[in-house]
Order: sequence, then structure tokens, then C-alpha cells
Amino acid sequence: MTVDGVPNVRVCVEPVREGATVRAQNVLGSLDRDLLNVVDRIGGPFTPVGFYYRTMLRPRRLWPQYERVLRNLAGLGCLDKSGRRSGRYDVEHRRADVLVIGGGEAGVAAARAAAENSVGSVVLVDERAAPHIDGVETLAPARAIGFYEGGLVPVDAGNVLYRFRAGKVVVATGTVEQPLLFPGNDLVGVLLPQAVRRLVDDWALKPGDRGVIVSADGAGLDVVEQLRRAGVEIVEVVDLRESLPSTLAANGRRGRLESVTIEGRELACDLLVMSGGRQPAYSLLAQAGARVEYDARRGIFVPVDLPANVEAAGSVTETEPAAAPPPPSFDGGDAKGRCFVCICEDVTEKDVKRALAEGFDSLELAKRYTTVTMGPCQGRLCHLPSIRLYARETGSDEGAIGTTTARPPWAPVSLGLLAGRGLEPAKRTAIHHRHVELGATMMWTGAWRRPHSYGDAAGEARHVHEALGLIDVSTLGKLLVEGPDAAAFLELLYPNRFADMKVGRVRYGVLGSDAGRIMDDGTIGRIADDRFYVTTTSTGADTVIEWFDWWNAVWGMDVEVVNLTGALAAVNVAGPRSRELLGRLTDVDVSNEGIAYLDTKEAHVAGVPCLILRIGFVGELGYELHFASPYGEYLWDTLLERGKDLGIRPFGLEPQRILRLEKMHIIVGQDTDSESNVLEAGMPWIAKLDKDDFVGKWALEHVQARGFREQLVGFEMANGVVPAEGGQIVLDGRSAGRVTSARMSPHLGKAIGMAWVRPQLAVEDARIEIKVDGRLEAARVRLKPFFDPKGERLRA
Amino acid sequence: MSFLLPCPNCGPRDVDEFAYAGETTERPQGTPSPRELASYIHFRRNAAGVQREWWYHRFGCELWFLAERDTRTNEVLKTELPSTDAAGSPTPHEPATPDTPAV
Ligand SMILES: [Zn+2]
Repeated sequence: MTVDGVPNVRVCVEPVREGATVRAQNVLGSLDRDLLNVVDRIGGPFTPVGFYYRTMLRPRRLWPQYERVLRNLAGLGCLDKSGRRSGRYDVEHRRADVLVIGGGEAGVAAARAAAENSVGSVVLVDERAAPHIDGVETLAPARAIGFYEGGLVPVDAGNVLYRFRAGKVVVATGTVEQPLLFPGNDLVGVLLPQAVRRLVDDWALKPGDRGVIVSADGAGLDVVEQLRRAGVEIVEVVDLRESLPSTLAANGRRGRLESVTIEGRELACDLLVMSGGRQPAYSLLAQAGARVEYDARRGIFVPVDLPANVEAAGSVTETEPAAAPPPPSFDGGDAKGRCFVCICEDVTEKDVKRALAEGFDSLELAKRYTTVTMGPCQGRLCHLPSIRLYARETGSDEGAIGTTTARPPWAPVSLGLLAGRGLEPAKRTAIHHRHVELGATMMWTGAWRRPHSYGDAAGEARHVHEALGLIDVSTLGKLLVEGPDAAAFLELLYPNRFADMKVGRVRYGVLGSDAGRIMDDGTIGRIADDRFYVTTTSTGADTVIEWFDWWNAVWGMDVEVVNLTGALAAVNVAGPRSRELLGRLTDVDVSNEGIAYLDTKEAHVAGVPCLILRIGFVGELGYELHFASPYGEYLWDTLLERGKDLGIRPFGLEPQRILRLEKMHIIVGQDTDSESNVLEAGMPWIAKLDKDDFVGKWALEHVQARGFREQLVGFEMANGVVPAEGGQIVLDGRSAGRVTSARMSPHLGKAIGMAWVRPQLAVEDARIEIKVDGRLEAARVRLKPFFDPKGERLRA
Repeated sequence: MSFLLPCPNCGPRDVDEFAYAGETTERPQGTPSPRELASYIHFRRNAAGVQREWWYHRFGCELWFLAERDTRTNEVLKTELPSTDAAGSPTPHEPATPDTPAV
């Protein structure tokens, strides 16, 4: 049944809630006029097992239509595609000294004994209501959905998934009554004894008027007592241990039982209680590592050799012989009903025989082909019957065939529960709310929220060239590398040279792996002989600090790496008027001699202790200010206020991307990929191959020796069309590279970009063509920055 | 994977808290031949048995440490900090060499 839109709900164990919407599943309309019956009737040969693997694969475009109908036919229920997360799911990690699974007699006894012996915390899990026991925490309704590696037992308690680790797990999952296989065994009115017990004992319902009972064990026959109490007339009782009828079939009309035929005698009835004996519910034990063995005498599979710290209690390891194995299936004579092996997946005896005839003679393969045991019941009702059937049809025996592997989940579990709470962590800078107040369009960069622009990306970019801009760069990774070995450590990590760097200077560095591949880039400033301030890309901070710590663990050098990313905020004041603004706010000499290009200096700016780095990612005179993040809004406000007459304007990430592209400054991960190295990326001056060693040295030497395969270059479009990032570079009709970045530069009035091209094209002014919307557009290769190629603006 | 891994700092914790960084490798000394380099960068023993490997307590104390784990059963035989006997030395010492034979 479908309850509140959730398909495959077993309504016999689902408590009624006020306002719940309950709908029949697997039928169209009501059972009386089930339209799917038509397919069943005309469709005996039309819907054989595995038919969709063969019949409906072609034409492929029709598969979605087929699938829609098939899912309905297969009775799998359907999901509301426009549905959204409706509940909140949580995960809780729990420990217990004893975890008892199953609240039947044996489970309760085990829990009570554990509590009485004061072994510590005792938890009892049951899928129905469990009784209160002193000293025992009861989780009900809840289901242990599996037994995983490391003794992990996840328990589905509705909206909470408890991940239990217990000192001892007691499995008291009992047994599951098995259905008999005969034609018509899916009719309404055919029940297992357990259903009768619940209907009569728990709910005081009369399950029918005239009942027939066919059972392979005494427990099944015992329901005669319940039926009498409920006022059901007992028509016939067949004890399969004493007599085995040669034919057995149920007959019905419109899906409901009307009579049972036993050896040619037709008995009118509306209730047939059947049982093929009880199979221990061993799945959790098997998942825990127990072996499952066939007991030929009783005709069931039993768990043996339990692993340490796992115990079984009650009938799950029942030893008393109580049943005679029933035949795998009954001949129905000339009965018309279908004989179901697997009710969930609608697999009949005929389907299983067909699968065998097609050569699926291994149980594991046949399971996948027929989907027997793969439905919501997870084999509780069909695993044993299907093995019995296989044994008979292949002339083998159950012991030789064995069982299929028991895998979690043992019980159906909702995906929402496994997914847990919907978490989308967002990192915000200390200045975040100012951007929102200024009307910025926010965007994701990794986990960070950053301003894309404040409404006019092109204007903001132009303004940095012409006057003064301010950007929040607090998202940069910020590391302090400190200790006597700090310089030596960085020398080994980066291809750059740092040993010769003077205190107060900054260098651009590119971090690589031993395979020579670019991992990240950033600036490294020397604050003191033994102290360096390292910035990383916004999304690379975590990777870089892990990388630093790892190599430090390997080398064991005398150096400490401290992550200051969250502790510090940072802004970049950029543009020709940035010096004038900085000069108003600090006492230090901000002249070109006082703070030269690539200098770093500690100073107070507007009273805030800052580290000033004069660098130029955006290509204009500019200063990065790094400072304690609590001052974020204060310093941002002060810079905007004091720079008002200079025309200061905040700019976002998009204008920054335009500006850096004009300078051909790469963005790692945008212009580089997992194969890129600094040499081919056009930055050979970074790699000091004369150093004794650094991470990636040998690989770069190898690239040098083998020659370049492709190179990162700039390009300028002939007619101002901006190609898509990822667009193809075409040479003589063949692919010769790919575009990594492309923008219209409002300042230059040109469409510009960067691309990886074949080395012969990495020549100034080389003609290339780029595919744009299916057409080829002409472009010229550029090797020098589009804007200020000599860097005069940066050094001004 | 759902086993517990004992962090040398924090004790046994859910393996989900850790990042796995693969079996230990031996960084070549001097200038390796292309074959030695390729073998160091790309080739792993991929042992079916006990191997020595790097782990990082990413959602915990952020410690790098070494573990000996049976890759067939996920049984963790021991975990330890990398040796720091060369601490302070400007020449790098090698990462822990795989010293447990594959079974
Ligand atoms: Zn730890």
C-alpha cells in the first residue's frame, strides 16, 4: 500500500495516523476492476520473466515509456517526482553494552537477563511495540537494517538512524512462516498463519467465514484455535506431515478466493491459511559472519558458527524438528491460477522454469535475472521456496545450491534516512552582510559564498583600471609557516626558490605534486627569517594545509603550519588611486620606495593591525590587506567611506576574473587541470630545476627532456565573439586544443581568452580557429598579457 | 567501510572521520630513471594482506599517522605516528618504507 505518498508500506505493521492517506498499490482502480488484470490475462506470454531485458531494449527512445508502464506492472509503486524533502532525518551514533534485536519472547528474556546481571547499557529493538523492561532502553517501532563491518548495526527508528556499536549483539529475529507454492496462491483470502494470529489476537478481526488450513508444521495448524474463536467455520485441515495431497489449487474470481481444490475435491471457502514451515530469519547473523547451512531433515537453512560477540536467541536457531519439508510446489491439476514464487516481484513458478531453460542455472544469476528475493520483503517469503524449486528443477538438492549472499539492508529503508539531514554548509566571510546590503549577487565558490558582482560586472572591472576598486578576498587560504626549517620546507614543497628571499618580500608560487602537476597557487611572503605567510586559492586551502602537514609528517622538519584562513579577513584595494587611499589611513611610507611591488609590510591601517601585501592579481597598483576577521566590516566601511571622494567602488568575483584574464593570470582548476604542469602552463621561471630537490622536480625535468605536448597561451578573437569555455581550437579541420577561459574585456574592447594549444601554435600572432556555436571563428595567439604587458601599472 | 580506526591522538573512531592517503611509498633518492619515477608515482603494490598506509584524521585532530591494516578484512593491527628521529634535520628523510610483506 501507499501511505502518504510512500510506496511499499506494510500496512499490517504501520500504525494508523490521523489524516494519513492510504491508497492501494499495484492495482489500477480497485481490486474489483483491476485494469492490470487484463494484462495478466492476455499477458501470460506477454510478460514472461526478464522480458524487458530482451523485448523492450529497442528502440531505446521508447524505454522511458516502457519503464513507466513496467514499474506499475511490476508493482514497485511510484515516487512523487515533484516531491521534496518532507521530513527531517537525523543520524545518531550510539554505543551499548548489549543490543538485543527482536522483542519476542526470546529477545525480551535476553534483554531482561542482561539488565538483571547489570552488564551495562542494554537496548532492545523491535519493529512493533515492545514491552517495558526495567533497566532496558526500548526502541520501537524500529528495525535493525543490517550488520555491517566493524559490528555496526544501523537501526531505523523512523526519522532517526541509530548507528549502534555494541559490545554484544543478541539476534532474536525468530522465524518467518513460508508460503506454499500452488496455483492461485496470490488470491485475496490466502493468508499465512501469522496474519491470522495478528488479525484475531491483536485486532479482533474475523478473517473470513469458511476456512481451509494447509500446513507443514504444528504452529500453522494451531491457528484453528484462533479461527474458532473468531467464529470462522473450519472446512478442512490438511496436515502435510501426515498426508501430501497430489494436487492443490486455489480458485478465485476478481482476485478473491472462492474455493480450494484438493485432489479434485472443490471446497468452497473464502479463507485459506497455508504454511510451508518456519524458516529462521538468519539474515543479520549471516551478515555478521555466521555460516548458513542446509538442514535436510527439517528442510530449512540454519545459521551456524556465530562470530564472537554475536549471540542468537530463540527460534532463529531453533533445533527442534517441527516440520516436514513441503514439496517445492503443488500440481494444480487444471486450475487456472498462477503459482507465485515471489509475491513482491511477481515471479511465478513458470518464470523460474523459463529462466532455467534459458541457462540461468546458478542461483545468484537466476536471482538477478528473475528478481526473485529482490523485492521489499528481501527474500523473507520467497528465498527458501525459490531454492526448493531450483533444487527440484535442476535435479540437485538445497544443500548443494546453498543460499544467495545475505546483504544489508535486511528491511526496506527510506533513502531520506540514509541521506540524513540536508546539509549544505556555506562559508561566509566576515564582510558577507555588507555585500548583501550593497545588493551583490552572491555565488558559490566551493563552500564559500562570494559576490559575483554588485550589478555591473563590466563597469566594476573598468572602474578598477580608471579609479579605485575594493574586493573582499577573505576566502583566500592563509597559512603561517614558522620555524627554523621554514625556508627549507617551502624550498622542498614549491618549485620556486625561497632561500634567497629577503624579509619583507613576496613571491608568486605554484604548488605541484611529485608527478609535476599543478595543485594550487598563491603568494608567499617572508615576514621574518623563520616565518612565512602563505596564501592559497579560495577552494584549495584545506587541500594545501593537508599537503603541507603530510610532507611535514614525512620529513619531520622543525616547522609548524598554522591555518589562519578563518581567523583573518582580507581585502584588495586596487586601482591607480589605491596608494592615495592607503596613505590616508596609515602612518607607514606608502610611496613606491616605501612599499614596492611585491613588498610586504606589517602596519596599522585605520588603526587595524594589518599585513600589507603589494601584489597585482587584477593588474593595477594594489594592496592586499590581511587582518583579524572581527575588524572585517569596520575596515571595509572605513575604506569605502574614506575613499568616497576618490570614487571607490566595490567589485565582485566576475570583474576580478575579467581583470586577471587581461593579465593572463591563471586560475588553478579553471585554466589548469589534473595534467597541467608549470612548464607547459607557460611559467618556466617558477621552476628552479637547479635546486637539489623539490616535490615535482624529476617530473618537470622529464617534461623538459621529452618536449612540450601542449601549451597554455592567450588568444584574441578577430570579431569580438566570446567562445564558450571548453570550446575547441581547430587547425586544418582537426582539434588542436581547448579554451579554458574567455571574456569580453570592457577596458580593451576585445574578446580575449586562454587556451591549451599544440606547441607549434604557441607562437605570438599564430592564427587559430575556435568553434563557436558550430561555426569557426578566427583568433590570434597572444603570449604576453593583453593589458600592460610590461607590468608598468603594477610597479607604478 | 564502517570499521573503527584508532587515531594515535583520539583513540578508536569511525573510519568516516578519516581520509585515506594510500599505502606508503618510497621516494627515490638522487635522480631517478624514468622507470623508477613512473613506478614511484603510479605503481602501487595493492597488497591483498597487511599493508602500511597513511591516514589523516580530517574530521578530528588533523593528525597524519601510519596504520598497518589487513586490506582483506580491514583489521587494523596497529597505528602510530611517523618516526620523528630525523626532526630538525634539513635533509628530508624518507617516508616509512613498506616493510610488511604482502600475504
Ligand atoms: Zn585524532
